[in-house]
Order: sequence, then structure tokens, then C-alpha cells
Amino acid sequence: MNRKKKEKIIELMLKLSGLITVLTTIGIIWVLFSESFSFFKEVSLVEFLTDDQWTPLFANKRFGIMPLISGTLLTTTIALSVALPLGLTIAVYLSEYAPNKVRDVLKPLLEILAAVPTVVYGFFALMVVTPFLKTIFPNISGFNALSAGLVMGIMIIPFVSSLSEDALRAVPKSLREASYGLGATRLQTSFRVMVPAASSGIVVSVILAFSRAIGETMIVAIAAGQQPRLTFDPFVPIETITAYIVQVSLGDVPHGSLEYKTIFAAGMTLFVFTFLLNNLSFWIRKKFREEYE
Amino acid sequence: MSKGKINRIKDKAFGILGLVATLSGLIILAFFIGQILYEGLSRLDLDFMKDLPSRKPEKAGIFTAWVGTLWVLVMTTLFAFPLGVSAGIYLEEYAKKGKFSDLLEINISNLAGVPSIIYGLLGLEIFGRVMNLGNSLLAGSFTLALLILPIIIVATREAVRAVPNTLRMASYGLGASKWQTIWNQILPASMGGIFTGVILAISRAVGETAPLIVVGALAYVPFAPSGPMDEFTVLPIQIFNWISRPQHGFAVNAAAAIIILLGITFIMNGIAVYLRNRWQKKINW
Repeated sequence: MNRKKKEKIIELMLKLSGLITVLTTIGIIWVLFSESFSFFKEVSLVEFLTDDQWTPLFANKRFGIMPLISGTLLTTTIALSVALPLGLTIAVYLSEYAPNKVRDVLKPLLEILAAVPTVVYGFFALMVVTPFLKTIFPNISGFNALSAGLVMGIMIIPFVSSLSEDALRAVPKSLREASYGLGATRLQTSFRVMVPAASSGIVVSVILAFSRAIGETMIVAIAAGQQPRLTFDPFVPIETITAYIVQVSLGDVPHGSLEYKTIFAAGMTLFVFTFLLNNLSFWIRKKFREEYE
Repeated sequence: MSKGKINRIKDKAFGILGLVATLSGLIILAFFIGQILYEGLSRLDLDFMKDLPSRKPEKAGIFTAWVGTLWVLVMTTLFAFPLGVSAGIYLEEYAKKGKFSDLLEINISNLAGVPSIIYGLLGLEIFGRVMNLGNSLLAGSFTLALLILPIIIVATREAVRAVPNTLRMASYGLGASKWQTIWNQILPASMGGIFTGVILAISRAVGETAPLIVVGALAYVPFAPSGPMDEFTVLPIQIFNWISRPQHGFAVNAAAAIIILLGITFIMNGIAVYLRNRWQKKINW
């Protein structure tokens, strides 16, 4: 009897620990919604979505989120155009070409790229990459989207390469062997059999890298600038959603002021983007999971 | 040239391209670490570790920053480790398949994808204002604990799942209760995997900058914290602050502090890899 009671109490405590994760989600949504709600009492949603200026910290306040979104998408696009080709090539190489021993060494080494703190990448972007870019493009600004995007691309390579390689390895050997049996080369087998068979896993890895790049903060806060502007010019200073939140947090903005609320409205926008992407990847994984006998 | 020959050449070429792509990632990493060492190594000495922040770069040190990082590391672990492992065990051993466990599962994978800066906004509002912890170590550690909770839960689940069912059956057969089975059999058998995940999660927390800035951790703290309610700074924030300054001396300081931060990160990752390999070898079900 005593033992049964004890077991029940332990189970309850474990269950409560699991519930903390639900509370965290509720907390995030509540915080973002409630502060954004009071933000939208003062600024109309139409202005927020359509105005092409974001100047909440200036005397002439404008609240159009578009410049922050364009900055975020610009750095993300640059990052993905580095990480996708490199990451996918690496994944195919590690899975289809590299001998097992080579892969077992190279894969964990590459994953170090994702373990390096992002503030360190920020240093790299500002102190090494931007000066280097200046020698090629003399008119590039000291803060720019290109440098931040390129370095962010290097950071997310392992997200693409490791997850895609896992997906390729999950394809049954028999498919690969059948293709070889028909006389195909490794390259043909890789891109006509293995990659299509692992496509849902590869797409998921790309979406997760995308979502990661959108939410990345320190690299862009350090190297991309603090000037929200609606442009896709990679050579000028811009500002991302995340960098704006950092900028306001570093200053002395009183609680309850409109400026304070802007970081929650910006955070809400960011959350909506990543939430949609994460659920898209979840849905693809469930829906297109290849079942092999 | 025959078609087959061309295909073979293409095949070879891609093999080389793949190797080059893989190595280029590693070479960039190596080049980068080399740069940091070149910039910062000469600045690194005992005084740099012992000195308080200063307006003069050659007098500034990272004492408050590394003490803050140490506090955050210990406190975050204290909160996240028991919670994460408990939640992982619940999901794997107790939760019945159904709506509730599906909900928990989707929820955890969603949380793992939430950008860290959003956790900062959560911490600022809930821990900072509602619970009135301000910008204390406690508020920062709570925030980071929530941030790494999904990583620990997922690692615990995988480690527990890898324990073969025969072990559970044998334990039940000997009359052990569910909790006795978990505590005496399953946890010891899955400790390697759990510790690997926990160490990786903590190393992630140590490198985080953005959520702590949002919670209100300061760049300039005159004294090292001495209790959980004190204001604090951490290494990544100190580095960020130094990078943002124009004088070259601060860039050198930043590089030196990065060496320490990378050292901590790599040592923790190394321990995690070592643990994983050791446990994988030792246990052959």
C-alpha cells in the first residue's frame, strides 16, 4: 500500500516535469500575445504590415515591420545560398562516397561548426570577413548583410549536411545495390535514386536550417548593422528582427513604453515565421515518411 | 569518348568535389581558430583572468565574466538536469500513447525550434517582471534552463529507449516495482546517453548571448556576483561588448576571451563525444 502510494507520487512528479514544457509554450505565446496586443492598441496592424519605415527609437516614429523582415530574409537567403549547395554536396559525399572510417572522422569534426558560440562567429564576420570583402568590393559598408550572411551560412552547414546524411543513410541498401546492379555510377545512383528516396528528410533539414537562420541573432547583431531599411542590397547596413530586439534590450527602455512593446511585436513576427516552418517540417516528416520493407 | 567513360569521369569529379566541400568547411574553421589564437593568445595571462572590467583595454579582464558564466552553468544545470531527465523518463516509460503524449511530443519539438531570443523575451517578462527577479543570475539561469530543456528531454528519451525490454522484464519478474526498475536498472543503463545530452545542452547554454541580453544581463558589472540574486555578466556578453567598441585593444581582448570560451565549449563537447563512444563500446546488448 505504502509502496503503491510512493509510486503514484513519483509518477505525478515526473508528469509535472513534462508539463513544464507545455507551460513554457503557453508562457511564450501569452507573453508575446499580451504585449503585442497592447502594442496594437497604439499602432494599427495595417501600418505595422504596410509601412516601409521602422523608426520606433527616433522622434518621428514609424512602425512598419517590412524593413526588419527584408533584412532578416536577406541575411537568411545569403546564408542558405552558402549552406545548401555545400551542405548537400557534403551529405552526398559522406553518405555515398567517403569510406566509413573517413566519414566517422569528418562528420563529428564538421558538427563542431554548429557547436561554436554564435558571438564567436560574429567576431569572425566583423573582424575577418568584412575586411576581406572590402578588398574585393571597395564600396561595401563596414556593416553589411553579405558578411553576416556568409558566416551564418558556414555556421548552418552541419544542420543541412548531418540531417541530410542521416536521411540518405536511412534509405535501404537494397535500393543502392539495385542501382549499381543496373550499371549506374555512384553519381547516378546518388542523384537519381538516393536523393529522391531521401527527399523528405533532406527537405526537412533545409527547412530547419532556414528556421535556424531566421532566428540567428548575434552574428547579425554584430556584423549586419542597426539600420532597418527595405532593401535587398547586400552591401549596405541593414537590421534583422533579432538584431532589433538586441538593440532595444541593450538600451534603457522603460517597461510599458511603446518602444518596450515593439520588441514583443517584433518577437511575435519572428515566432510566427519559425512556428510555421517548424510545423511544416513536422508535417512533411509525418506525411512523406518513406516506408520500406 | 564513350558515354560510359564520361559518366565515370563525372563520378570521380563529384567524389573530389565532395571531399573539397567537406574539407573547405573544416579549413575555414581551422583558419578561423588560427586567427583567434594569433590575435588573442599573447593577451592571455593570469592578470587577464583576474582583472575587473575597465575602460582601458590593457587593464580590462574577464574576472566578472567567467565567474558569471560559472554561476550560470551551475544554476542552469541544477534546474534543467532533474526536470529534463524526469520529463524524458515520463514520456518514455509512463505516458500512454494518446492525445496527451502526442501533444507533449509536438510541443517539445516545437520548443526546440523556437529561436533563443524568444526565450529571452519570455524570461524578461515572466522571471524578470512577474516573478520580480529582475536581471539577476536566477532570472538568467531559469531562462537558459527552459531553453535547453528540450535538448535534455530528447537525449534522455533516446537513451532510455535504447535499453532493451528484456532488462525491464527481468526486473519486473524479480518483483521490482516500476520505479525500482527505472531507478535501479534503466537509469544506470542509460546514464551514458543522458550525460552526453546534458553536457551538450549545457555547452549550448554557456555559449548563449542573446537571451541573456534580453533578460537584462549587463555588459558592465563592477564586481563578480556572490549570490543568485546578483546582477551578472557572462563571457559571451563581455565578448560582444568588446567587439562593439572601436579601439583595437578591445578586439584583442575579445579574441583572448573567445579562446577561453571556445576552450570551455570544446572541452565539454570532447567529454560528450568521449562518453558516447565509451558507453557505446561498453554496452553490447
